[in-house]
Amino acid sequence: MRGIKSIFGSLLALVLWFTPTVSLASAEVNIYSARVEVLIKPLLDRFSEETGITVNLVTGKADELLNRLRHEGRNSPADILLTTDAGNLHRAKEAGLTQAFDSELLTNRIPAQYRDPTGHWYGLSLRARPIMYAKDRVDPATLSSYEALSEAQWRGKVCIRSSSNIYNQSMVAAMIAIQGEEAAEAWASGLMRNLARPPRGGDRDQIKAVAAGQCDIAIANTYYLAGMLEDNDPREREAAEKVAVFWPNQDGRGVHMNVSGAALTQAARNKDNAIRLIEFLSNEESQQWYAQVNGEYPVNVAAAVGERLQAWGGFKADDIQMEKLGEFNPQAVRLMDRVGWR
Amino acid sequence: MSRLTIRFHPLGLVVFAVALTLALPVLVVLGFVFVPAGEVWQHLAATVLSDYVKNSLLLMLGVAIGTLIIGVTTAWLTSMCQFPGRGIFEWALLLPLAIPAYIIAYTYTGMLDFSGPVQSALREWFGWGYGDYWFPEIRTLEGAAIMLTLVLYPYVYLLTRAAFLSQSICVLDVSRTLGNGPWRTFWLVAMPLARPAIIAGLSLALMETLADFGTVQYFGVATFTTGIFRTWFGLGSAEAAAQLAAMLMVFVFMLIMLERYSRRSARYHHTSRRHQDIRRYRLRGWRALLAFGFCLGVLLLGFLLPGAQLLKWTLTVADEVIDARFMEMVWNSLKLAGIATVLALMLAILLSYGQRLHPARPVRFAVRLAGMGYAVPGAVIAIGVIIPFAWLDNTIDAWSRETFDYSTGLILSGSLVALVFAYLTRFLAVSLQTVEAGLGKVTNSMEEAGRSFGFRPMTILRRIHIPMLKGSLLTALLLVFVDVLKELPATLILRPFNYNTLAVRAYELATDERLAEAAPAALAIVAVGIIPVMLLSWSITRSRKVAK
Repeated sequence: MRGIKSIFGSLLALVLWFTPTVSLASAEVNIYSARVEVLIKPLLDRFSEETGITVNLVTGKADELLNRLRHEGRNSPADILLTTDAGNLHRAKEAGLTQAFDSELLTNRIPAQYRDPTGHWYGLSLRARPIMYAKDRVDPATLSSYEALSEAQWRGKVCIRSSSNIYNQSMVAAMIAIQGEEAAEAWASGLMRNLARPPRGGDRDQIKAVAAGQCDIAIANTYYLAGMLEDNDPREREAAEKVAVFWPNQDGRGVHMNVSGAALTQAARNKDNAIRLIEFLSNEESQQWYAQVNGEYPVNVAAAVGERLQAWGGFKADDIQMEKLGEFNPQAVRLMDRVGWR
Repeated sequence: MSRLTIRFHPLGLVVFAVALTLALPVLVVLGFVFVPAGEVWQHLAATVLSDYVKNSLLLMLGVAIGTLIIGVTTAWLTSMCQFPGRGIFEWALLLPLAIPAYIIAYTYTGMLDFSGPVQSALREWFGWGYGDYWFPEIRTLEGAAIMLTLVLYPYVYLLTRAAFLSQSICVLDVSRTLGNGPWRTFWLVAMPLARPAIIAGLSLALMETLADFGTVQYFGVATFTTGIFRTWFGLGSAEAAAQLAAMLMVFVFMLIMLERYSRRSARYHHTSRRHQDIRRYRLRGWRALLAFGFCLGVLLLGFLLPGAQLLKWTLTVADEVIDARFMEMVWNSLKLAGIATVLALMLAILLSYGQRLHPARPVRFAVRLAGMGYAVPGAVIAIGVIIPFAWLDNTIDAWSRETFDYSTGLILSGSLVALVFAYLTRFLAVSLQTVEAGLGKVTNSMEEAGRSFGFRPMTILRRIHIPMLKGSLLTALLLVFVDVLKELPATLILRPFNYNTLAVRAYELATDERLAEAAPAALAIVAVGIIPVMLLSWSITRSRKVAK
């Protein structure tokens, strides 16, 4: 028995020697990120420069990163989970993959609705999903709310992407949370009747369809429009110029918002570095970077938004607790299946 | 030899064990089938399930028809006919293989969509507005079938062409002396002889179709693959998703059975080794023009047009994107594809040869199972890899903590080992099918001759099979290499920290709808994929000449 153990032990030592596992040095922090590399790496590089802490990054889809985290268990190398929507942060918390932490800096900088009440995760940027319309064909005075888009006057005039997309799932989840399932279903089924074409493509495609005249109205995240306006391809810029943003529900619940955010994992070994990094991502400079590079809205109220976002004007955002989006997600998917939202 | 002795033969056992290990991710996913999913399943059946089945079947049908027509026709034209440009088409027709399906989908959408340059130009010329004219909609089921056909027909083309080229000239000569023209020779002799190769190519194309996620998701076509993800993550039911995946595997199993059945007891050996240069039918006049036009059309749609669009996008962003990190990604992609290809090839030889020597039922079954990974979406395979690897790592860690008071952490999870293992599970079918198709052409009498010399099985493999299999091995080499190069979902989720590949970069930007910025990486995949395509084509032609 002893012999077997020592053989096993030395074998293990050998394997470990060959395996380039992430070292446990103190000046490190490891991230699983659902934000794509180009939209986070520059900030992380800046952090490394300032602090001397090495940042290791894997990007992927949120669901799959969650799954990896879950199965790696207490040995997972990840310290931070970054996602681009609140639903997945909520799921990570529910699955016991995250841990709560307190940070005075974070609680001061981030409004309460955009972070977990128990400190499991903190929002880092806001993503608004308003109505967009064709400047030349739609009088903004005829627009009012998301709900109104299911009315008969918009028959055959609306474009929206597939319900497989998390932003649509979150939007319907928010509606269920606020108005109840019945009202949300009636709205979704009305919206389906008003579609100019079956849902296909991404948010940019909806905006382009509005520009080209296939539909008059689209629902899309603002940073896609911002991205088009800055695109190298003149055709993208030209299309984006024909489309304007309308902030719906200003008398009521406000514009539907989602957050991208960060959580500290249960398995985190570089806890202090991780918290330091999350705080760094919420400081004014980083927050401005989000707005400038990707047209997202800062979560830190002190941070100034860029010119582009200023031009679209201020708006009232809905004040729903972000974790509701995750809570009602499965219900939202079923609802969309039922009304035939592909 | 009795069945019992076969079953306990060491090589048979090794093959059985290896095949089962490679099938592990598939088995893990199938394992979920036994966990009750409750009423999620009723919800699916009541709402979307029939769509999933219908769309998947229609997509397969479309791709089958498309790849057969294009693949077999071009294979026949380039191997049996002489017409201007043939020498170029011979290898150029393989190029679409290097383009990931979702990339071609994005590219064509960019070109043909309502707001794209084609329709915009039409509207400008004729003063049309929306609704004044009809234009085919690309983002539909039919569109998805066309996109997949354009990048998948090379599977059929490649295998069929190799089969046509390896056909003994005597058989074709006999057909000629019997007074058969080219058409009759094609239908009565060449086609039936090439059938195993055609079906092998077709089943690869169809399995790839079933596993496709990027294209169907972007086009908004609800198939099994999109359904699996929606159910798993949107509805939060891993069980129901796995059950959908299991249904998907039933489709695959039917495909594999179809392929087996088409071969049945038939053996397609060539009795003569007298290979000569094929006397090609010389096409003249409108026939030559037609042949030229067809090949050019396929090449244009499958490669030149999307390639040109990618190039155009690349040029607008090249100076920002192509830097040292980009070169590192190129190197990572090459390294991964190289390692996975060599291993997949060695395993395919081991499995198909071992199976040939010891065709016991459990062995055959295990090998079939190992080949199923090809039709399973990469992300599902990845989950099947993560679960057992993480379990193993955590078990070792717990044991080590208890015994040595030392935590080993995760050894295999998050390492390249896990990633390469996922590639092998996913792409083994490619090398397996190709090697098996080639092995089928080696007659038993050759093997018996080897044995009569007193050769051991390994010697027979080395001295008889491998030299004769060279063409098939090269084909397998190319297919796996290019497949790994393009592979995305498994790479994305299984890779180690800070490890980027071209496919990851292209995909991240494309899904973020930054097509222009995604173009350099996509173009690099194509460029890197072209090198083995050239090599392969050159060596196939050469092997033909040497065999003479």
